[in-house]
Amino acid sequence: MTRSQAEEAHFVASQWQLIWRKFRRHRLARLGAAVIATFVVLAVFAEFWSPYDIYERHTDLVHLPPQRVRLLHAGKLHRPFVYGVTSERSTTTFFLEFSEDRSQRYPVRFFVQGADYKVLGLFPSDIHFFGVDEPGVIHLLGTESIGRDVLSRILYATRVSLSVGLVGIAISFILGCLLGGVSGYFGGAPDMIIQRIIEFLQNIPQIPLWMALSAALPPVWPIIQVYFGITIILSIFGWTGLARVVRGKLLATREEDYVLAAKIAGSGESRIMVRHLLPSFTSYLIVSITLAIPQMILGETALSFLGIGMRPPAVSWGVLLQQAQNIRSVTLYPWLIIPALLVILTVLAFNFLGDGLRDAADPYK
Amino acid sequence: MASSPPTATRPLLELEQLKMHFPITRGLLHRVVGHVKAVDGVDLTVHSGETLALVGESGCGKTTLGRCVVRIYQPTGGAIRYRDEDGSFADLTVLQGASLRPYRRAVRMIFQDPYASLNPRKTVLQIVGESLRRHDNIGGVELEQRVAELLRRVGLRPEYIRRYPHAFSGGERQRIGVARALALHPRLVIADEAVSALDVSVQAQILNLLQELQAEFDLTYLFVAHDLSVVDYISDRVAVMYVGKLVEVGSRARVFAMPKHPYTEALLSAVPKPDPRLRSAGARVRLSGDVADPANPPTGCYFHPRCRYAQDRCAVEAPPLRELGDGHRVACHFAEELELAGVAGA
Repeated sequence: MTRSQAEEAHFVASQWQLIWRKFRRHRLARLGAAVIATFVVLAVFAEFWSPYDIYERHTDLVHLPPQRVRLLHAGKLHRPFVYGVTSERSTTTFFLEFSEDRSQRYPVRFFVQGADYKVLGLFPSDIHFFGVDEPGVIHLLGTESIGRDVLSRILYATRVSLSVGLVGIAISFILGCLLGGVSGYFGGAPDMIIQRIIEFLQNIPQIPLWMALSAALPPVWPIIQVYFGITIILSIFGWTGLARVVRGKLLATREEDYVLAAKIAGSGESRIMVRHLLPSFTSYLIVSITLAIPQMILGETALSFLGIGMRPPAVSWGVLLQQAQNIRSVTLYPWLIIPALLVILTVLAFNFLGDGLRDAADPYK
Repeated sequence: MASSPPTATRPLLELEQLKMHFPITRGLLHRVVGHVKAVDGVDLTVHSGETLALVGESGCGKTTLGRCVVRIYQPTGGAIRYRDEDGSFADLTVLQGASLRPYRRAVRMIFQDPYASLNPRKTVLQIVGESLRRHDNIGGVELEQRVAELLRRVGLRPEYIRRYPHAFSGGERQRIGVARALALHPRLVIADEAVSALDVSVQAQILNLLQELQAEFDLTYLFVAHDLSVVDYISDRVAVMYVGKLVEVGSRARVFAMPKHPYTEALLSAVPKPDPRLRSAGARVRLSGDVADPANPPTGCYFHPRCRYAQDRCAVEAPPLRELGDGHRVACHFAEELELAGVAGA
């Protein structure tokens, strides 16, 4: 492409093309996006990726440390395999002690048949990404206190924790756009009332209010109802920031000369709203949303960790971390805090992505 | 109507006691505690085919007046009488919605800032074509042809039709703004500081373009400006505004050569003189203080706290805008007595 062609391409590039070009240059943001995309794929098809059902118990393998996938056996190279595991209760500590049974090799197989499940809750299937033949077991991240596979549980929990963030932000987004829009567009008394409500909400310490509201959720509710209850509780704070962004941007752009020009050109209020005002701040909205999602995820994790969010048998990162609440677990079974690493990774990924988007959001600066 | 100047041309627009007061609200309940009288009882006639320059310092209400005429603002008082092509008058202040549409077509605006006035997210086709789409209901190839023709007319290449504003320089952007204003063949164009954001060399190009277009399309300009050299170049008549009121109106030649209001004299003395030999001639009149607060204007003549000819009477009695003859109107008690310096060669 010659220089003038490149220039012409720049001159006819729309807002989103310019944003994309700028975003592409932001390495960390691209990394963040890749991490999030990976997590989403893992979460959506959690049943497929996980070798076991999350409720399947291996009662003789409680607190099994992560197994190693090996390639060498008796000095020779093999396809990836795991050794068999034998457990024995120690006569001195009374803990279960595990040892590898080197006489048994179980090659790791891909696309194996296992527990039944439904893809996306619709299509029945029993194919799992990997597994080993019975009676071998494969627990790449070990097992927890009653012998359930930690990797499988983490994959399922990723689905719950990520989607709490996304559903919560969707609710916040609707509330924020609606109330922020009313506030910025009509001004006057509605604006005053909405702004005071926002200030009121932002002045309440979050965790205590969340705790009070979660405690109010009836314990007899089924998992799915609790799940939506928690997302709504999280959104109660989430929308306030978005509403402020919407209001501020509306107030700022409403007086722009180009909006006045559109008015003089004969465009009606609704057309100006949709064609001129909204496009001018959608990119900012996307940035705010991206930066608000980790807050939601952290909120859910905190509540569940404290035992007032999602409750077992539901799994979320916070629920899984409940098992790592004391120093004994952390020292004896360190693999139980892996969900915390995922929380950190996810929050970082969203923040990097948000940073990149923020830098790219206004290509006309 | 106050005394209308005896001119051969017919009026296109008559402002009568036009008022635009913005309420100042305070407290939780938005109590109205006062008004900013941005435009406060302006009588002004714009004749068909002329360029009337509206001048004054920042904050004197000239932009607000322009915006009232294009009805971005709903004036709080007075009348804006617009003469239709069939000779009948319509009061733009009372029209709303659909009944205002024909005048939206006839009265257009060119904005000051060529960067803020073009939506960066729209192509030139969308920007210039918006009013054509709204009013003439055209689209597709026909719209493209109309817009391309407009671009050619304002000196831009029609191939640029799909470009976004970020592809253009300030001067080119202002040409797009001019094309947008001309799209529907308006009769009256409000040019709100149309060149003040541009480089001097580009200013001249845009001014020349405006003059060519005026001749070609029989346009009338209400040219809001603060740069008197630009006003001197382009206008036929000049109206000087101070704190929401007119203080002097007259032909450009008369106002520049023989100003009758001390404020006009002060404005004129601030015009840079290109000839260094003239710089020592005529003392510079420096105004002390700022423009009076339009929410809380002084008593009597609004200008008296800054006027070097002020007398006791000025602090008490507000001078009316009165006719001095030959369409020259002035709001000063001592217009006849004062010997004020104008600009030579104007």
